[in-house]
Amino acid sequence: MESRIQFVFLSLVMWALCASAAMAAPKAEELELEPLVVREPDRRQVEVDDLDSENFEIGGFGGLMNVDNFGTEPVYGIRAAYHVTEDFFVEGQYAKTELGDTSFERLSGGSPLFIDRDMTYYNVSLGWNIFPGESFVGGRWAFKGGLYLIGGVGSTDFADDERFTWNAGLGYRLIATDWLALHVNVRDHVFKSDLLGEDETYHNIEFTGGLTLFF
Amino acid sequence: MRGLTTTLLYVGLLAGLLASNVAYGGLFRNYQPEVVVSDPYIEMHTGPGRGYPIFYVAGQGDEVTVLKRKTDWFKVRLPRGTHQFREGWVHIDQMRHTLDLEGNEIEFPNHGVDDFANRRWVAGIGGGDLDGANTVSAYVGFHLNPYISLQTEATQILADYSDGWMVNGGIYMHPFPYSRISPFFTIGTGYISIKPQTTIVQAEDLEDEIAHAGAGANVYISDRFILRLEYKRHTVYTSRDENEELNEWKAGFSLFF
Repeated sequence: MESRIQFVFLSLVMWALCASAAMAAPKAEELELEPLVVREPDRRQVEVDDLDSENFEIGGFGGLMNVDNFGTEPVYGIRAAYHVTEDFFVEGQYAKTELGDTSFERLSGGSPLFIDRDMTYYNVSLGWNIFPGESFVGGRWAFKGGLYLIGGVGSTDFADDERFTWNAGLGYRLIATDWLALHVNVRDHVFKSDLLGEDETYHNIEFTGGLTLFF
Repeated sequence: MRGLTTTLLYVGLLAGLLASNVAYGGLFRNYQPEVVVSDPYIEMHTGPGRGYPIFYVAGQGDEVTVLKRKTDWFKVRLPRGTHQFREGWVHIDQMRHTLDLEGNEIEFPNHGVDDFANRRWVAGIGGGDLDGANTVSAYVGFHLNPYISLQTEATQILADYSDGWMVNGGIYMHPFPYSRISPFFTIGTGYISIKPQTTIVQAEDLEDEIAHAGAGANVYISDRFILRLEYKRHTVYTSRDENEELNEWKAGFSLFF
């Protein structure tokens, strides 16, 4: 019984779909039959909103991050950006690094002071394409790209505490093709912590390279 | 046998879906219309920005194919045999002076103050201060009409000796939606969770319901950009005898769609 209902239902749906597809297709005979009476419809009306737009950029990056007092360790993360105009874009990042040994830990040779050595951060930033244009290498090569300034706010998970973090930096975007870009970034991530006794401002300089896709 | 029929019907259903999709120009759209230059000329840049050099100028009457769009720039392709590099980028202001093959004007919509007033979806981020603590927040809003919107927001709270998070939902009233600087009022409710930092001992976690009333302004910048300034006064319904009041100030920017 059940499969009969299924059969009837599916048949009906299929007929409906075929009918809708047939109705959507342009009817050539109709146009040929009454060409003098009926004005040919504007089938070539251009719809700008139907064009493929590529304002999103998504990708990954990796590099080195120096955490104040904790040495320099590899960092890697993901980023996504939305280009609002040719000048401005909004970017979000999430990245991971590790805390190295503090000088004290290394010199004393004792057990580590902190157990949780993972550090993660996220941020949202506003970028400004300050010097867009072509760059030239020698006489034969021209690269599209440009320098951008970027800054924003976020949070860093540092030694098991969430710290409010602002960031500022400079990047270079090299547009390899319409859909692929290479990035080089220098960023300072700044937060306050009292982890080592008193309140201190931590400046953490990060140097990364990355790849992004436009879509 | 019946199994086979059902399978065939499912295949038919899939084919039908695809057919109707193709007929209506749906999912896998590769829409590349041709347009005719009607201004004396249009300038083709090597990239989507004013910083990229102009390498070719297409003249009046030339037919070009529009391939895609990046922000306010359109990638167009010249007919075969016109130039060594056939593809370049043209700004929207020049695209406005093109016609379709029938000679009709093409509408290239630009986002303006009217779109700002009639925005439907808004998404934004912000930073601010909640009674001395720093906050980072993200919000999504839906406009029922130009005067009323619903909004939900997630906030991370980062203080010197504690951190936590807060979620809020509220209704927003926009009495002057058609003004470039549009004030708003809001009321809503939510939930807050605070935990002390690990360097502090003997402090209690706090998880409570909250309600707020607030006011602020949306300032339309350009295109899809809105600057937002907001003040909220939160009442925390604590488990103690007295409720706690929190003042939140924040600034952020939003995009509308």
